[in-house]
This record gives sequence, C-alpha cells and structure tokens, in this order.
Amino acid sequence: MQTVHHAPHDLGVAKLVAALRQGELSAVETAQHFLKRAQAQADLGAFLALDEEVTIAQARAADARLAAGTAGPLEGVPLAHKDIFVTRDFPTTAGSKMLKGYRSPFDATVVQKLAAAGMVTLGKLNCDEFAMGSSNENSAFHPALNPWDRTRVPGGSSGGSAVAVAARLAPAVTGTDTGGSIRQPASFCGITGIKPTYGRASRYGMVAFASSLDQAGPMARSAEDCALLLSSMCGPDPDRDSTSLDRCEEDFTRSLNDSLEGLRIGVPSEFFGTGLADDVRAAVEACLKVYEELGAKLVPISLPRTELSIPVYYIIAPAEASSNLSRFDGVKFGHRADEYTDLVDMYRKTRAEGFGDEVKRRIMIGTYVLSHGYYDAYYLQAQKIRRMIADDFQQAFRDCDLIAGPVAPTVAWKLGGHGNDPLADYLADIFTLPASLAGLPGMSVPAGFGEGGMPVGLQLIGNYFSEARLLNAAHRLQQATDFHSRKPEGL
Amino acid sequence: MSLTPDDIARIANLARLELQPDESERMLTQINGFFNIVEAMRAVDTSGVEPLAHPVAVIQDIALRLREDVVSEPNQREANQRSAPAVERGLFLVPKVIE
Repeated sequence: MQTVHHAPHDLGVAKLVAALRQGELSAVETAQHFLKRAQAQADLGAFLALDEEVTIAQARAADARLAAGTAGPLEGVPLAHKDIFVTRDFPTTAGSKMLKGYRSPFDATVVQKLAAAGMVTLGKLNCDEFAMGSSNENSAFHPALNPWDRTRVPGGSSGGSAVAVAARLAPAVTGTDTGGSIRQPASFCGITGIKPTYGRASRYGMVAFASSLDQAGPMARSAEDCALLLSSMCGPDPDRDSTSLDRCEEDFTRSLNDSLEGLRIGVPSEFFGTGLADDVRAAVEACLKVYEELGAKLVPISLPRTELSIPVYYIIAPAEASSNLSRFDGVKFGHRADEYTDLVDMYRKTRAEGFGDEVKRRIMIGTYVLSHGYYDAYYLQAQKIRRMIADDFQQAFRDCDLIAGPVAPTVAWKLGGHGNDPLADYLADIFTLPASLAGLPGMSVPAGFGEGGMPVGLQLIGNYFSEARLLNAAHRLQQATDFHSRKPEGL
Repeated sequence: MSLTPDDIARIANLARLELQPDESERMLTQINGFFNIVEAMRAVDTSGVEPLAHPVAVIQDIALRLREDVVSEPNQREANQRSAPAVERGLFLVPKVIE
C-alpha cells in the first residue's frame, strides 16, 4: 500500500489528530513546522507574539502523553489564540497599546480547555484593538494582510486568526465574535468559523468588549475541524462566568454526516436586497442550489428588523464597552502616561495615549448613551428592539430549521478602502449583527469566489443550541464543494 | 438632534479621555454622522416590550449565577502586580489624592 505524504500544514485538525496518534508525526516536529511557516510569512502580520521555547515545551509534554497513552482528544495539534484571550505563557495585548507588554497571571477558560484537550499553542494572533473593527486595521501594532490578495483587508476583528488559517500558519485558531468578528473574517479569507450560542463558551479571560454579546468560537478550514475544537471549548464555567449557561459539553461531530433530506433552509429576503454585491449574491445563490440538490428545501422568510440591527448594535456594544474599558486607568495594569498633574489628569492622559481612534469613538458613544437623561432614549430603547429582533428569529424558525444568506455585502475591500469613515465599517456588518443581538449560533462557510478572485462566505444561522445541526449542514456542503480546501497562491 | 462641541467636551470628561482640539472636531462630525442612523431606531414603537439583556432569555429563564462568598483563590499578589505601572511594598501607587 502506498502512503501519500502531505505536508503537515495541508492536513487539517482531524488528519493531524490521526497522524499524531499513529506516530507518523510528533507534536514537536509538527509545532516546529508551523512555527517555521509563521516566521516565513511574518509579512502577513497574522501574529502578535510567538515564543518557540514555550511552544516546544508544550509540544514535548504532548509527545509524552501520546507515548504514555494518556493523550487528549486533540493531543499535539497546534493552535493559536486571538490576542483577546489572556494567556500566562504569552503576552496579551488585545491589539492595544494600552496592554503592551501585559502578562496575565492566569489563562482564559477557553485557553485552559483547549490545552487540556492536548493542543499546543503557537502564539497570539493580531486583531482589531479590543476586538473593535471589521478590517483588522484598528490593531495598534500593524495591519494583517489578506493572503488571497495582500492589498486587501482580512476582515475583523479576528483578522489575524483568519489569516493564520488561510495561509496555513495554523491548522486551527480561536476567535471571538461580538457583532460578526468570527464570521466576517472567515468569509473574507475563505475559511470556516462558528460562533456558538451566547453563553456556551466561557468568557472568563476574554478581554471584555461588550459582555452581553462577546462569544468565543473556533476557526479552521473545515466544519469538521471546527466541530472538533468546539467540542472542547464549550461547557459551563460556574465559578468564573456568571453568564455562562448550564449546558453540558457536547460532541459536535456526532451528526456531521446526517442527511439533509427535508431540511428547511430559511432565506431572508432582507439579506438579498439592493445592498448586496452581485458577485456575493451569485456565489451564495449557487450554494443554496447545492443545498437543494442535497435534499434541502428553501423557504422564503422575513427578518424585518435587519437594518435596525445596525443602530441597535452600535448603541448596545459601545455602551457595554465604555463600562468595560473604564478599568484601563493606568493603575493596576497596562499603560500609564509619563506626565500628569493629578489623579484625574493621569486617567485622562493615560487613556488618551493608550486607546486608538475607534476605541475612543466607541467609548464616547457609549458614555453618552448611558449618561443621565439619555439612557432611556438610547440604551433601553436599543435593548427593547433587541428583544424584537430576537423574537423575529423565533417567528422565522417556525417555518425553517436554519437560515442561510451572505455573511457580508461584499468581498474583502482594499486596505484603507473605507478611509476615515467608521460608518462604512458599521454598515458592512449588517448581515452578522442580527444573529449577534439575538445570541444565536452562526457560521461562515466558504461559498466560492467573487470579484478579484476573493472568497465569499455563506452565513448559516441556527436556533439556540443548534450548533451540531449547523456544523452538519456546513459539513455536507463541504462534501459537495471544494471551496474550503482551496489555497491562496504562493503558499 | 445634533451634538455640540460642548457635548463632546462633557462626554470626554465623563469618559476620562483627553481629546486634542482636532480630535474633538473629528469626533463631533463622526458621532453626529452615526446618530443620523440612530434616528430610525428612536422612531420604533416599543411600548410594552421588555428590554433584553441576556439574549437566551428569549426562550428560557436566565438567572444570573451567584457563588458562595468564600475564598477560592490563593494569594497571588506578586503575579497580579507584575504588570502594574507603579508598585511599592505590595501596594499600587497613584498620585497624591489627599493633601
């Protein structure tokens, strides 16, 4: 029998697990291979921190467990974390000058859980500052480049995460999604990503942006690989995250191969309006056809408050951000201004120096809408419409099992393409915000290619706790198409 | 409704952010641009609708979890102060606040 040897970076998580278990690869050589690639592709700007010594030590421990027969489910498979997750062994910056050089005294729960599953950490990944952005251009350190076209953005805020997977610098990564920050960069870089139901993965140790929206999730090349990681990421964290749900861990791979015969896919008319670019529409509609061929039925539905989700989200998220970010005052950790006259002046100058433009803008919006006399008109009103948006989804799920549409109105835009216009970024979030506000699980699945050969993502949205079904639908699409296994040129 | 330069100054003070004059000006234009799209939200009739804080509360009761008020962590003062800008004898240093 002839064995076909693939380079480790072309194997996904599932195949790496098997190769490591069978001793075809060691964890140390696998980690070294990916580290070498990460260093060779440093120009892409995916990583903010690498530490070979730490990584190799983790890989050695994984090899020892593999040899001893005590291997975890993902033993020895390399992984990198969005720099929003705090880590003891690597610096954590959240993409901000405010936290330059910061070392957390503890690991985030998600970091801990994936390490307990045997995964080896390659490093920390670039992102928009405090996860605020849609292009990774708000990173205080450097932008990340889209490997499909280095003059374009990779999306955000988990931009570095998406770049690392698309350029084969890591087989899988973590991301966080507040208003689309897993789905949109996954879409722009042609990879697969899932945001689970709000509350399924612990937020403990995720640098907080908007606490009622932030949710961790995996990004990888395939739905199967995402399912493997997600199975080790979720579960209640009763002592550390008061919003984590009492919902047991789940094996999200269990129904990957289920038939889609009779599956009702809701297609919201509001996601296919005039704002949708033709190339994205064509790719998404072609995928819906594939679903029909797989036995699914398309059902027209309506999500009437889709457009309203933009102002609602951009009131609620900045309000929560302004409160969360008040902890950055130059006292207990992070940056402190060199010169100041008194305590309040120290706060003002520290925060002026430490935060970038977008973060300041959101702090200002948030502070305003929470201030005396404006709370009811803005924040409370937004929370009420948030309920109406969540109810709209429940109404829609009476007629369908999951919802499909585009992730974003266009493919990845050029670096600097939105210029100094934050509103252009906000408006481009229109299709990811509704599921975020409702706390529903959502995915981006490679759906083909559009203008300039850039990847297009198909968004799948499920009802609460239906991650396994979403992954099943994504996996079946990936059995019938090969968009997720395409590779950018030169890599 | 439009914000004025005075509003920006007031909010910046509440948020403890020092803004340079050109920054304030830019912020004013951008925030007013943003509030133009917020107008659509203000016009929605939400009478009788309960605000939604934990999204999953749409389908089930969500009680914020409380834990016993007991010591659960060992003392990690040194690790916790390792990234502090100014520390002396195990205390965080701030500028003098009481004369």
